[in-house]
Amino acid sequence: MGEMDDLSCLALRLGDDALIHSHRLAEWCGCAPTLEEELALANVALDFLGRARFCLQLVGRRLDSDEDRLAYHRDAREYTNLLLMEQPRGDFAYAMVRQFVMDEFEALYFGQLAASQDPDLAAIAAKSNKEIAYHLRRSRDWIERLGLGTTESRDRLQVALIDVWDHVAELFAMDEVETRLAGASIVPDRSALRDEWLAAVLPRFEAATVEPPAQMPAISGGRRGVHTEHLERLLSQMQSLQRAYPGLAW
Amino acid sequence: MSVHPTDRGELIEVVPLARAQMEQRRANSDHGSIYALLDGVCDPELPILSIWDLGILQDVRVHREDAWTVQDDAQVSLEVVTVTITPTYSGCPAVEHIAREIKATLESAGVGQVVVETRLDPAWTTDWLSGAAQQKLRAYGVAPPEERACPICGSLRVSLISEFAATACKSLLRCDDCLEPFEQFKAL
Repeated sequence: MGEMDDLSCLALRLGDDALIHSHRLAEWCGCAPTLEEELALANVALDFLGRARFCLQLVGRRLDSDEDRLAYHRDAREYTNLLLMEQPRGDFAYAMVRQFVMDEFEALYFGQLAASQDPDLAAIAAKSNKEIAYHLRRSRDWIERLGLGTTESRDRLQVALIDVWDHVAELFAMDEVETRLAGASIVPDRSALRDEWLAAVLPRFEAATVEPPAQMPAISGGRRGVHTEHLERLLSQMQSLQRAYPGLAW
Repeated sequence: MSVHPTDRGELIEVVPLARAQMEQRRANSDHGSIYALLDGVCDPELPILSIWDLGILQDVRVHREDAWTVQDDAQVSLEVVTVTITPTYSGCPAVEHIAREIKATLESAGVGQVVVETRLDPAWTTDWLSGAAQQKLRAYGVAPPEERACPICGSLRVSLISEFAATACKSLLRCDDCLEPFEQFKAL
């Protein structure tokens, strides 16, 4: 795919985030703790898949490619999702903490992106915001329920929070591309959302009697295509059909 | 749509502005017959509702395009119908099915070339449901958005089981009187 303009690059990042997260959620199909949660996880996965498609279609239009080629025929090194999204499914507590920290972040980020100078991104954000609002209602509720549930659920929530914390710093990492776009009022400045995000999540962790680690490790790389080993395995499964039979359709 | 009492005590129906604008666009359109054909295209998940009832159908435009026919080697003027739709939820799998249905319905009625266009902005909202949609949903056993009442026995004592039901657009509730579970169309 060679050199890419800033806007396509950003749309690809948002698309990859949504696609990889959607895939991790879809891995819960058939093994969620209750039937209602099974439906909820798949519903949320579908919202993210829809957002991924809008973003990748936008990139496709700009770069003379298409959503399927972008999703199924790029290697891990070309994927630009954040590391948080690609971490393995984990247990239900991990899935809920990851969802919760993302939902709180997205409520801020997409809330501002809806006022983007770019009409395509603004439209995608406006659509996503409605869905983020009810994702957030559910994930906030689960943080409280797991924290105040049994000793087992609280302990698992605490462990999950420590694991998730390894990769949250990257949510707020800016690079040259996003700095230029933020300067042109096309995207929000991620780094500026950190305090507001902390103010949103910390009281809810406290209420759930769990505590995040004092340090937030500055691990990053996803935007540059430098991933953890988990992404390769995810892609080998997600892409297997299209790699074996390119262009195969239902 | 909702019913409100006026100062003088009479009941009036209040239609959200966006829905009123859609109705007006249809009423003023030169392509009423195409709209009428599209009334036959329904949501595969809620087959009682047409895409018009759901507010998925946004606009119908027609323009003429010159083209060459291979058979006669002559220039003809083709009618191209552009139908604009909007997805209810980002990941709604019904959108592609609906687009195919629109094409099939119009083409089998002999309406020239059909192009289906998807528009995201402004984002779909349940305010765009038609007045008829509310009635049809209730009769189908699905509570309309913002109507926390059992569609089976009418009881107002209901509880939420899950915000997420069998499709993205519905929540799962239970009636505390007749004990039947039922779905509600999510307000969005």
